[in-house]
Amino acid sequence: MLSVGIDIGSRTIGLAVLEEGRLIREELRDTGFTPLETVKEMLLSLPPARITATGYGRHAAGAEFAHGIITEIKAHALGAVHCCPGVKTILDIGGQDTKVILLDHRGSVTDFQMNDKCSAGTGKFLEVMATALGYESLEEFGRESLLGNPGVKISSMCTVFAESEAISLLHSGRPRRDIGLALHLSVAEKAYGMLQRVHHHKPVAFTGGVARNPCVVALLEGLLKEKLIMPQNPQMAGALGAALAGCQSPEPVTST
Amino acid sequence: MGNGYREMWKSLGLDLDAHDQLLQALPPTYGEVYLSQQDRPAAMEYFDFVINEIHGLRIQELQEHKASGGKVVGTFCVFVPEEIIRAAGGICIGLCSGIDMGAAQAEKVLPRNICPLIKSFMGFKLAKVCPYFESCDMVVGETTCDGKKKAFEILNDYVPVHVMETPQMKRERDMVLWREEIGDLVTGVEALTGGDVTADSLRQAIKEVNGKRRALLRLAELRKNNPSPISGKDGLLIEQIAMYDDVERFTLKVNELCDELEIRLKEGKGAHKPGAPRIIVTGTPMAVPNWKVAHIIESSGAIIVAEELCTGLRYFANTVPENGENIEEMLDLLGKRYLNINCACFTPNQGRMEDLLRLAEEYKADGIIHCSLTFCDPYAVEANRVEKILREKGIPLLKIETDYGQEDSGQLKTRIEAFLELIG
Repeated sequence: MLSVGIDIGSRTIGLAVLEEGRLIREELRDTGFTPLETVKEMLLSLPPARITATGYGRHAAGAEFAHGIITEIKAHALGAVHCCPGVKTILDIGGQDTKVILLDHRGSVTDFQMNDKCSAGTGKFLEVMATALGYESLEEFGRESLLGNPGVKISSMCTVFAESEAISLLHSGRPRRDIGLALHLSVAEKAYGMLQRVHHHKPVAFTGGVARNPCVVALLEGLLKEKLIMPQNPQMAGALGAALAGCQSPEPVTST
Repeated sequence: MGNGYREMWKSLGLDLDAHDQLLQALPPTYGEVYLSQQDRPAAMEYFDFVINEIHGLRIQELQEHKASGGKVVGTFCVFVPEEIIRAAGGICIGLCSGIDMGAAQAEKVLPRNICPLIKSFMGFKLAKVCPYFESCDMVVGETTCDGKKKAFEILNDYVPVHVMETPQMKRERDMVLWREEIGDLVTGVEALTGGDVTADSLRQAIKEVNGKRRALLRLAELRKNNPSPISGKDGLLIEQIAMYDDVERFTLKVNELCDELEIRLKEGKGAHKPGAPRIIVTGTPMAVPNWKVAHIIESSGAIIVAEELCTGLRYFANTVPENGENIEEMLDLLGKRYLNINCACFTPNQGRMEDLLRLAEEYKADGIIHCSLTFCDPYAVEANRVEKILREKGIPLLKIETDYGQEDSGQLKTRIEAFLELIG
């Protein structure tokens, strides 16, 4: 029996398919405006499988076609532990959430922390800033900012205020890669603060879309004074974790 | 609520348009949170009726009381001794303030960043949408937290406010102060109602309010069972209604509900699926119609077995000894009972920590959820003490800080579900 995990996030939808515990397929799409339709499309070509949903859309999926639901916390824990055995802490920065998850020696969640209602310091923040500074893509924004010179300080964490701060810095003649570096630093510092608040243990795995940003990774590693453990595909940790949860579930699947 | 009450609302000076909006907000929420629950006890019908008539029948009763010369006194805190108001012939109404209402009006006189409960009561008053508030001849405030203490100065511009100085510590000299405050309340309430607080009337009032508290305690006891015979949401609703319903009728109805729940327990009927995690909610009060967190917790598959809240055990956990010989003794006993409430406005507040550990044991709780309203310094800071002691004892804790808005519901649901996964 196949186990399918779908992670319906605010920005992307991840899908992971396991056969006898082996990953045979993974796919990532933009969430778009009709997330459930997108998921259904992604599932179309699959044979009957046990489907486990996680992410913001988990309940909607549970009401329509998923057989099981788990939270992003549990999904990321399962996924990260699978990819990076021995990890003690997971930092996940997604489209609009930041999470820190603490694990025991068996890989079970012992505590977690999530940002409140504000999406400051998440992927959405970087997206808005990339646009404000005129970068074509997030990849370019991250790559270029890594080359920026330190010394610029962004004091606001609010996406709206930080955007106007970045724009006034542009007007004052600061090179945009320097401003970019400062914006990335504010994201890294916020995540670092959250890690410190929960008394994290090393090693730390970094998952979620922001983990693909080389500038945030480099700055965080500087703050933590250690290498972060990176899953091969950090955006897929949630979907993989959901699929792994499906494998563990004792209930049989009758239909999709 | 029918249009039959419009004249009454108009005569109370309500802003009818704004009031209509408020009334329209309630039924859909109530339907989703309460009426959608499966197999509720039949005796919950009365409490549904009370909510359905929240601005109708009860207000009419208050108006009839006023028409015959009676007075209505509003309160915002479980420290205000309702026995005294009752003994002087008044009706005590715990004003609710559990919805974001009239915020723009409230912000004319209050800072933008303030506890939502304070903003709500000011909004209710300034927007003229609460018939309870408009029925009040006097409000009794207290100095429990800074926000309320200062807001009462402003509220006094719109309705007479008698402020009781609630001590911040529980030493002998604090008791002396509090006892004097109780005496002043007697004088203040007597001046308002024109009735005397006598040994007989106070004895009677103590008995009646004790009766209400005992009924609530009986209900709380039943929730120690596994399965719990009633949902935590229904428990919270009853504790909220306790603040403003007619004392004797309410007592009778809670006892009737308990009779039914005892039968349900004998039949092995619970209000939840077997094995649902048992949760205690602790923190700031949840005033009508603030059912947000309770609804998220229970719709995520857990059962709330107790509320260590002002809308909960803090309100009824202790009764007043009924053996006071004379009025002075009765007031002493009354004062002691009230000063025993373990609110975060006290320092230190070790009693609350002991309460939580005892409750976790007695109610066989799997976890505790600490809910604090935004900008509530006493509870938000005290959460650290709660966390420390619960960690030492290995009791799982989730800390939440939220207000009356719904925009964080998705994130709260994720956090609460993840907490339930963790303790499950």
